[in-house]
Amino acid sequence: MSNISIQLPGLELKNPIMPASGCFGFGREFANLYDLSKLGAIMIKATTVEPRFGNPTPRVAETPAGMLNAIGLQNPGLEKVMSEELPWLERFDVPIIANVAGSLLDDYVDVAREISKAPNVKALELNISCPNVKQGGITFGTDAVVARQLVEAVKAVSKVPVYVKLSPNVTNIVEIAQAVEIGGADGITMINTLVGMRLDERTGKPVIANGTGGLSGPAVKPVAIRMVYEVYKAVEIPIIGMGGVTCAQDVIDFMSAGASAVAVGTANFVDPFVCPKIIEELPKKLDELGIESIKDLIGRSHR
Amino acid sequence: MIQQERMTVVQQEKIAKNIYELTLQGEIVQDASPGQFVHIRVSDSFEPLLRRPISIANINKESREFTLIYRAEGRGTQSLSQKQIGDEVDVLGPLGNGFPVDAVPKGGTALLVGGGIGVPPLYELSKQLKARDVRTIHVFGFATEDVTFYEEKFSTLGDTHYVTVDGTHGTKGFVTDLLEELTPEFDTFYACGPLPMLRALENFYPEKQGFLSFEERMGCGIGACFACVCKTTDKVEKDYVKVCSDGPVFAKGVVKL
Ligand SMILES: Cc1cc2nc3c(=O)[nH]c(=O)nc-3n(C[C@H](O)[C@H](O)[C@H](O)COP(=O)(O)OP(=O)(O)OC[C@H]3O[C@@H](n4cnc5c(N)ncnc54)[C@H](O)[C@@H]3O)c2cc1C
Ligand SMILES: Cc1cc2nc3c(=O)[nH]c(=O)nc-3n(C[C@H](O)[C@H](O)[C@H](O)COP(=O)(O)O)c2cc1C
Ligand code: FES
Repeated sequence: MSNISIQLPGLELKNPIMPASGCFGFGREFANLYDLSKLGAIMIKATTVEPRFGNPTPRVAETPAGMLNAIGLQNPGLEKVMSEELPWLERFDVPIIANVAGSLLDDYVDVAREISKAPNVKALELNISCPNVKQGGITFGTDAVVARQLVEAVKAVSKVPVYVKLSPNVTNIVEIAQAVEIGGADGITMINTLVGMRLDERTGKPVIANGTGGLSGPAVKPVAIRMVYEVYKAVEIPIIGMGGVTCAQDVIDFMSAGASAVAVGTANFVDPFVCPKIIEELPKKLDELGIESIKDLIGRSHR
Repeated sequence: MIQQERMTVVQQEKIAKNIYELTLQGEIVQDASPGQFVHIRVSDSFEPLLRRPISIANINKESREFTLIYRAEGRGTQSLSQKQIGDEVDVLGPLGNGFPVDAVPKGGTALLVGGGIGVPPLYELSKQLKARDVRTIHVFGFATEDVTFYEEKFSTLGDTHYVTVDGTHGTKGFVTDLLEELTPEFDTFYACGPLPMLRALENFYPEKQGFLSFEERMGCGIGACFACVCKTTDKVEKDYVKVCSDGPVFAKGVVKL
């Protein structure tokens, strides 16, 4: 059987599969379904300094082979995540990647400083790409200079490696990737959702109360693969790829394009057991391809 | 316990205009209670992608079967209505917290109020209330005669009143019009239906104990994605509740209407 473990800055991954931020809460619901220690890592829901309620409902809408969401970074706030959610997750043998969000640069710095002290948080994921909040989020992810400055500020306080989550809603994603690398990022995660809109057939008005939402699911995979492919060529730091992953073949595609690990988002709603299923399926798929170590997959499109 | 199971279709029948009664067999049935729902994947492809939440309408643990009653409207429910006997359906459930059957004292009276496709979960509830020697009064509203169902079945369980907006069946108007006329005596009310109906009921019976079932668009259906949240009133400590995992049934006064 192929070896599917992967080492990344701060992360010893048993396998390259992890649930994507916002699609897995803080793990509690899925822990009722399977042993979370099976996962390579867990990307927890975005955490902000203060608790957030998020956007009005409807917050989700279905689209062809995908969905739109405008949750609006609802989360219980830094204090509760530190005192309740992260300690609870310690019962599992799994590294946690903390998704950090905010409105101002100082918010990111404050959350990063504290949350990186938690013993099971092995890496941060700076969410500079949330399309669903009025302030912050995506504004940090669409301007290369601002993105670099944010990474520098967070790197100065974080006790663990810092990954930056890129937005696909830019004209040149490579430019942002290079900027965060210069800023000192240890890795890149990509992609966040694509801004979209669905109209109600009867009223002609947007289905989602927020108007726009972020598109995810199988429909976005070709865009995500293209972006991982481009960024891989342009940076030295590792990439955790995501966008429409539903099966082991999708994981192989992302890794071939240049990802070192892969996150699964929307597919968790379609099949809550999708992550353990992929983890089980992956070694078999690699055997079929005659690949001994999963590391040999990474970036093979470029060789 | 929440399970994912490929349940088998044992019966599917059209019981009113665009309304289907689907009976599924499997192990999930053993844990099901009235007011809970299941999250159904209607296709193994990505079209449609998301699961559809449907309430459990009738439970038969001996035959390992439960019945769902749903309106075939959009892509998902239409495709569900094409399922044939013997087909398998991917079901996640049972989900959420249902109606507290023991909230009414033995020998007491319960008022069950339903609107349209909110009526189905009240059937299993009514059965279980009757089994506890609780008298039931059913007041159900529909748009028009074509979409009414289960009147005979409910009649065998308790007093049953059907209302249609256009007056084609039963009393003309809304359930609240009939309630005003009937002024029923009861201990507890249970309701499932459109938001305006739930709001009207809360205002109608401020002194009574009541339980309301809510609907919201869902992603995961298990409490992880924050798609289905509702704001709460000042009476409860939490700022919000999730319809899928904290509900869909809430005591009167919890959800801000
Ligand atoms: C807890 C709960 C219990 C329910 N029980 C029943 C029942 O017993 N019988 C019944 O007929 N209907 C029930 N519904 C409503 C049912 O879920 C929707 O009618 C159905 O999802 C619509 O799917 P579609 O494929 O017809 O429509 P589409 O337009 O294709 O749906 C698109 C998306 O919107 C969602 N959606 C659309 N309308 C609703 C709605 N009213 N509520 C929630 N999501 C919606 C769908 O789930 C899907 O994700 C229930 C809803 C909830 C939340
Ligand atoms: C309901 C929902 C909530 C999300 N919340 C977050 C979040 O809090 N932080 C974040 O960085 N990304 C969030 N995302 C984006 C996902 O992590 C992921 O980048 C995106 O959905 C693409 O992957 P997928 O196609 O596998 O879902 C969310 C996505 C969805 C569908
Ligand atoms: S549908 Fe995901 S939290 Fe309720």
